[in-house]
Amino acid sequence: MDRFLKIAFFGLIVKPVVLIILGLNLRNRQLLPYSGPAILAANHNSHMDTMVLMSLYPLSRIHKVRPVAAADYFLTSPLKSWFSKNVIGIIPLERKGEGDRQRLFDECESALKQGDILIIFPEGSRGEPEQMSDIKKGVFHLANGKVKATITPVVMRGLGRVLPKGEALLVPFNCDVIVGERLPDYETASEFTLGVRKVYEELFEQCLTSAE
Amino acid sequence: MIFDIPISSFIVMSVVIAILVFATFAAQFINSIWSNKDFTELNERIASWWWIIGLLFVALWAGRTASIVFFGFLSFLALKEFLSVVPTRSVDRNVVFWSYLAIPVQYLWIYQAWYGMFLIFIPVFVFLYMPIRMVIRGETSGFIKSAATIQWATMLTVFCLSHIAYLLNLPNDAENGGSIGLVLYLLLLTQFNDVCQFLWGKSFGKRKIIPKVSPNKTWEGFIGGMMTVVLSAALLAPFLTPLTFFEGLAAGVIISVAGFFGDVVISSIKRDLGIKDSGTLLPGHGGILDRMDSLIYTAPVFFHFLYYLKY
Repeated sequence: MDRFLKIAFFGLIVKPVVLIILGLNLRNRQLLPYSGPAILAANHNSHMDTMVLMSLYPLSRIHKVRPVAAADYFLTSPLKSWFSKNVIGIIPLERKGEGDRQRLFDECESALKQGDILIIFPEGSRGEPEQMSDIKKGVFHLANGKVKATITPVVMRGLGRVLPKGEALLVPFNCDVIVGERLPDYETASEFTLGVRKVYEELFEQCLTSAE
Repeated sequence: MIFDIPISSFIVMSVVIAILVFATFAAQFINSIWSNKDFTELNERIASWWWIIGLLFVALWAGRTASIVFFGFLSFLALKEFLSVVPTRSVDRNVVFWSYLAIPVQYLWIYQAWYGMFLIFIPVFVFLYMPIRMVIRGETSGFIKSAATIQWATMLTVFCLSHIAYLLNLPNDAENGGSIGLVLYLLLLTQFNDVCQFLWGKSFGKRKIIPKVSPNKTWEGFIGGMMTVVLSAALLAPFLTPLTFFEGLAAGVIISVAGFFGDVVISSIKRDLGIKDSGTLLPGHGGILDRMDSLIYTAPVFFHFLYYLKY
């Protein structure tokens, strides 16, 4: 039932909106991991980011693609919570929880174990930069934890114009989606942080749409 | 009439498809002979042509309403692509939204065949309204640039391109291909002009016309292309349009010159922004603006030439 809802939502609403109303300048689609355990590490500007990344997958695979999202944002109201969990299939992450890293990762790791592809925004939220560094290292620790996962970097540009934070009006623009080569193995979390930043900058060079 | 399409239009469409079939087989042949070389771009280009021609012909065959919707959708894709590569301010999201709304309205005038409104709606009403909408937001920093950018985008991609659709409202005898004939004549010669200028330039090009904008544009390509297109335009004119052979010569000059400038104007925009293509919608070609650049200029200019002489 949930899988049916997900396919209907993406097939009838998200994919048409992303492909016709928006339009993607998609590069290196072939570098996307087709099966897990894998992590897509993307930059974050808009709620549309998740929708666009998921729409890159065929409907038959879409139930394997799971965005990791902030519990304190998406689980606030019963409706939002039901929709996020059952239709989108998010893995809720307790951002405020400063305690046990292991407990934080439990659900992510079990998803990776069954071959899911996780979408993670290493920047953290769209607008709370103080969360950034913590989450960034989080991706590294998750990928090198109990279940080894590959990390594929993706940058997107233009979605901040389509639907910026706090706006309700969706305005059509083409958006760049540039997929990068799978990241190499980094020794430490801080090496990883620097490496990701550098890769992002290189991928942004390939964007066509305006940065402003 | 064959499949409800006037015979001369049907013949032209069949010839186009025959050329495409030939190109497809030729590409297969080239691929198999030089199998160590990479012909991805050529193959993608031909595949994209199949999509373009296929959708266009189906729309034209399906009738006037379907064709108007089709060209309206092309305007939408072109406007979206333009506004995506050009910088706009975040406060202008609303104005951009209104510029999209201008598309259904402009094409509604075409559907109603309201000639006066079709001509003035964007140059007068949209032109006056957009800055009003911006004033209401109240952000004055960058106002001039923003107003100019959005109006220009709307003019090029909605107003200019919508002239193709208005051709369908002009009565044209079935012996001359019907209204479809006028559209085919414009589209075919505009694209043929691109190809001819490219081929003449590749073969004989020496003297560059505007090296700063487009290093591949040469006088040899321009003149050779023009002569080929003028001759084809004259020969095709009595077949597809109410124009005579001699009027067709003039139409050929107009399409060739306007097509050249449409191409270099869009090239200048891309140069200014530091990008090579404006999108990736048509693999092998780039974006939709990369394919329709010449058409933005040829459509209104050819339309008014024809309208002045015959309607």
